[in-house]
Amino acid sequence: MNDMRPLERIVDSDTIKIAARGVQVHYGETQAIKDVDVDIEDHTVTAFIGPSGCGKSTFLRCLNRMNDTIDTCRVRGSITLDGEDIYDKSVDPVQLRAKVGMVFQKPNPFPKSIYDNVAYGPRIHGLARNKAELDGIVERSLRRGAIWDEVKDRLDAPGTGLSGGQQQRLCIARAIATEPEVLLMDEPCSALDPIATSQVEELIDELRTSYSVVIVTHSMQQAARVSQKTAFFHLGALVEFGETGQIFTNPQDPRTESYITGKIG
Amino acid sequence: MTGLAFLLLIIATIAGYLLNRIAARTVRDRGERLHSMTSYHGLFSALMVLVPVLTAILLWLVLQGPVIDAITMGNLPPGALEGLGQGGTQLVLAEIKSISLGQIFGTPEDWKLAAAEHYTALKATAGWMLVIVVALLSLAIIAFARSKVTAAFRARQGVEKIVNGLMIFCSVVAILTTVGIVISLSYETLRFFEKVPLTEFLFGTNWEPQIPLREDQIAAEGAFGWLPVILGTIVITVVALVVAVPVGLFSAIYLNEFAPPRLRSVIKPMLEILAGVPTVVYGFFAILVIAPAIRSFGQSIGIDVAPNTALAAGGVMGIMLIPFISSFTDDALSAVPRALRDGALGLGSTRGEMMTTVLFPAALPGIVGGVLLAVSRAIGETMIVVMAAGLIAKMTINPLDSVTTVTVQIVTLLIGDTSFDNPKTLAAFALGMMLFLVTLMINILALRIVRKYREAYD
Repeated sequence: MNDMRPLERIVDSDTIKIAARGVQVHYGETQAIKDVDVDIEDHTVTAFIGPSGCGKSTFLRCLNRMNDTIDTCRVRGSITLDGEDIYDKSVDPVQLRAKVGMVFQKPNPFPKSIYDNVAYGPRIHGLARNKAELDGIVERSLRRGAIWDEVKDRLDAPGTGLSGGQQQRLCIARAIATEPEVLLMDEPCSALDPIATSQVEELIDELRTSYSVVIVTHSMQQAARVSQKTAFFHLGALVEFGETGQIFTNPQDPRTESYITGKIG
Repeated sequence: MTGLAFLLLIIATIAGYLLNRIAARTVRDRGERLHSMTSYHGLFSALMVLVPVLTAILLWLVLQGPVIDAITMGNLPPGALEGLGQGGTQLVLAEIKSISLGQIFGTPEDWKLAAAEHYTALKATAGWMLVIVVALLSLAIIAFARSKVTAAFRARQGVEKIVNGLMIFCSVVAILTTVGIVISLSYETLRFFEKVPLTEFLFGTNWEPQIPLREDQIAAEGAFGWLPVILGTIVITVVALVVAVPVGLFSAIYLNEFAPPRLRSVIKPMLEILAGVPTVVYGFFAILVIAPAIRSFGQSIGIDVAPNTALAAGGVMGIMLIPFISSFTDDALSAVPRALRDGALGLGSTRGEMMTTVLFPAALPGIVGGVLLAVSRAIGETMIVVMAAGLIAKMTINPLDSVTTVTVQIVTLLIGDTSFDNPKTLAAFALGMMLFLVTLMINILALRIVRKYREAYD
């Protein structure tokens, strides 16, 4: 499995960034997530895999409290970021989301210029004191998003005019610009073609040097290529969680094995 | 007779439908494979009957009157119309018609009585002829449509063609009507500008159109400068928008993003009820509540306020426009994809920041469209202004003064004694034409703004 990786980076990855304990999520009467315990390490790509409707995206959205925007959604259990409960009353979800960035399934650049898209986060959080600093943040983020060379001559062009793969890398650059500590990615490649996908995967592996990355994916090959840890969800429960290599080569649970070999899902 | 003709048409339509449908079924039951479903065969026949026969009936009804009139007048004894002008001839015709209805005044001449009898007979014949024509035409078409029923006949395509034609006709009706309005307006407007020079109308600052209709009437000299009138319209429109735009926008933003669902489900219908209140009722509200309140408030701080003010009329008009703007804004905001909201929230923006930086700019074209429609409505509004703002054209931009608007002046010019060779009456058409041009320009501007600032989001 390991030789499928684009690059093998040696990154120190022993500290636990996010710890979830007994997380349950209800939409109205229906239970979407049952008692999930997961530790997400720093400088690591953690992949959530599982069949459609298994709750992996719902769980991902718990990690930056995006589920708060859905009226009927209730979250129970504890999720801590650096030891601090993110569902505590004293935590402002707005500040949490600046620390835990998110990239969505469908590229969703704002209908603004490329520059304004990336500058959006720094502007609302006041990260730059002047135009020169903001320019610096935008360039740095676009470079880290591996899209700088393609857009540096047309920063004033609308972000919606880029191709799908470029849009998604722009959205990643936009998320990086707020300097998050964790980056959540909800099927970031599902709307992209294979070339754009491999560019984004390369980028994800690169981002691991600075951030803790959590990625939801339908593609098991993708999980195998980009992640170090893999969690397999089924019917709202976390079935198995461990090293990616071990999950794919030697799964402990029969359900994981049947999903990976294509018998369920 | 006309009723009978329509009844025949309905019967023929239904009969054509059933006949062709049954025929198509018989073909199918013989084991042949029909190209179209049996109901399409029926519909084909029904539409083939309905459309041409209905057109024939309507044309007949339109043409029947003038034709009968012409025949009646043509058969009058020679010399009866001698020395009568166009007006006199029409009077004779009107008298003959009223005699035929049994309303006889004085003792008409014998030839008029004879003509009236002739007229009545012609009408009766025309009625029977219409029924016969409808019956024959329907039968012929039904027979033709029935002969078409075969397994290979493409009845569905036929029905689609006819329906397509009907849809084209319907969409052209509105355009043709607009063209007709413009033509009729321009004719009278040109006649007005023959009597009053264009420059006086466009640049004059005095509006006193109450000139005498007859020699012996005592009235003003007459002045036809439209500036004070259009200025009044502008003042009232601005006041209305100052009230409606902020209130409408903020209520829509609140309802769309911040209001709890239960509150929203109460407030939204209530706002929409506001849109259903007749403008006359708003007028009452303006005179009875708002105007006195403004006046007494003005007095309490030492300002002299007219009993009829642009502020009262414009303010109430603004209240009338609130639901307009708020529902347009609400729709535009709701149309912004959820992905953009998620994107903004996911970057750590508050709901307020998301609204001002992402949702509002993306929804701007729709919002601008709503505001400009509200402007058009404010310019065209008449009743509130008649009731609350007064009739005197003043060259002023003071909202505490009494002003008048273009629409109000059109109404006052056209009620009471009018005659169409008089600049007073024709001035109404000139004002109407200008109003049409102004709203047209606003609409074009609206379209251009929307196109320019559209932040296409997908």
